[in-house]
Amino acid sequence: MMTDFGREEYARLTEKRALFITALILILVALVGIAVTLGSADLPVADAYLAIFAGLFPGAVDLPERMIESNAVGIVWGWRLHRVLFAIAAGFGLAIAGTVMQGVLRNPLASPFTLGIASAASCGASVAIVLGAGILSGGYLVVGNAFLFAMLAAGAIYGMARLRGMGSETMILAGVALMYLFSAVTSLLQYVGSAEQLQAVVFWMFGSLDKSSWPKLGIVTAVVAAVVPLLLWRAWDLNALAEGDEVAKSLGVPVERSMAGFMLAASLVTAVIICFTGTIGFIGLVAPHITRMAIGADHRTLLPASGLVGAALLLGADCLARTVIPGTIVPVGIMTAFLGIPFFLYLFMRRRDA
Amino acid sequence: MQELSYSYRDRQVLADVSFALDAGEVIGLVGPNGSGKTTLLRCLDRILDPEGDIRLDGRDLCSMNRPEISRTIAYVPQNGGTSGSATVFETVLMGRRPHLRWSVTEEDERKVSEALSLLGIGGFASRRVDRLSGGERQRVLIARAIAQDARILLLDEPTSALDVRSQIEVMALLSRLAEERRLAVVAAIHDLNLAARYCHLLLILKDGRVLGRGTPPSLLTGRMVRAAYGIEASVKDEMGVPYVVPLRPSNNDNLVEIE
Repeated sequence: MMTDFGREEYARLTEKRALFITALILILVALVGIAVTLGSADLPVADAYLAIFAGLFPGAVDLPERMIESNAVGIVWGWRLHRVLFAIAAGFGLAIAGTVMQGVLRNPLASPFTLGIASAASCGASVAIVLGAGILSGGYLVVGNAFLFAMLAAGAIYGMARLRGMGSETMILAGVALMYLFSAVTSLLQYVGSAEQLQAVVFWMFGSLDKSSWPKLGIVTAVVAAVVPLLLWRAWDLNALAEGDEVAKSLGVPVERSMAGFMLAASLVTAVIICFTGTIGFIGLVAPHITRMAIGADHRTLLPASGLVGAALLLGADCLARTVIPGTIVPVGIMTAFLGIPFFLYLFMRRRDA
Repeated sequence: MQELSYSYRDRQVLADVSFALDAGEVIGLVGPNGSGKTTLLRCLDRILDPEGDIRLDGRDLCSMNRPEISRTIAYVPQNGGTSGSATVFETVLMGRRPHLRWSVTEEDERKVSEALSLLGIGGFASRRVDRLSGGERQRVLIARAIAQDARILLLDEPTSALDVRSQIEVMALLSRLAEERRLAVVAAIHDLNLAARYCHLLLILKDGRVLGRGTPPSLLTGRMVRAAYGIEASVKDEMGVPYVVPLRPSNNDNLVEIE
């Protein structure tokens, strides 16, 4: 009995996925050009690309006089590009971390936020801001604490799951419990802190890209670039885990070890991003859903595609955040919620109708 | 398989279960709820770690690594075991996971198509699994196990969600596959008559122990049904296949002992 049931459709689905990813890359490239033009010095989009290119390959292009006069290359590379690339790296990483957590825990609500990792980071930042205590000193006091607390939360979830038996429900309940615990500590610190400290904590928790820099971008990029290929390499394990622990095990996945590894990787990526940016919400929750609705659940394409969706969302949100109120930069964490959630609800409702 | 035992916390779920399984054979696991059928299947696939000895062509199953086991043994769980947003094709493709590295080859796709066609679900290969009826989903799970290309097929109540026609279609298919591809099939089945008709051998479990094993005609007697289920039943002969008609709960099921 020989037939080709479903193969044509599968080939079409594969094609659609490749197309989706290509389209996202093009959107991102366009967004980069637009984002780089934003700022006090006027810069047309074409000049923005030219400046990026000129910085990449010095001497390869003859810059027009006006760009040399306005120091366009210096402005783009010194002030603007790292923020744009940071938005891409952070959005990419957060979205992939969310995808992995939703996949491993088989729960559509799983994200670094519902699992307490973000509130642990906020708590760590608050300890640094209010009490001045932390593992690192100087400019990295807040960052170090946020990272440490986020990883501690991830470790605690893992430890509890280990004791109670690795299951998605155990992890989610442990995460939700930790989220409340860390939030309570943060509230207490806000209560005892001075007005300036309170303001600093609140501002940190909004999430923002204002403090981006090339070295910070380097750290985030290095971690994301190290972890993502590993996740992609194990994408079939994520697919199998989505079908249930029993099935995954029967299909040859070392379930407990995989779950621990995936959660650790996702937590690490999240922690290293939010320790620099503060809590940027919703990307990790929304981007995987949007992508899954568009191209389905095969993690081999879902992971990179939802990373790109996250990058586009965060960069788009940052562009809006810098322009929507002239002269004021709205924290990007607030903007992602304003932008991401209505879009997500729209897709969600439309899907239910169909 | 020799003297397999499994305990969960302090409760012994399986005790000294032994049987042999040959290629080309369909073995039906029957017995009341909680008798250890599912646990036995999970032990056979090493999803659980039992005490005792499971040998495959003389080789200890414990000495095989997980990927090797999953290329040899396929397991169809009773319910669940699908993820919402995957299509039927992709779900069945998951069965190829033990064989493929990263990309999907021509052969993988062919095996998936073939499994879909065998189960009669080729028509909705691109539908999402969560849009299917219970019976269709059960066929998808069986197709996934077939695409896995294993020599041993373990199925936990493969026909529980199926209508009567689909039940006999699936059981006939399993029996045909066992014969044609020299597969060994173990299926936990509640329907005694379905088991009697399509299984070469039956293993009756009660309270984690083997109450009896043998061919359906030799095993399915009124006494055995009473011992296993605590019911009075009349067992008729339908062209050499026993046909069990349950009558009423027995009053003295605790008094009945076999052998």
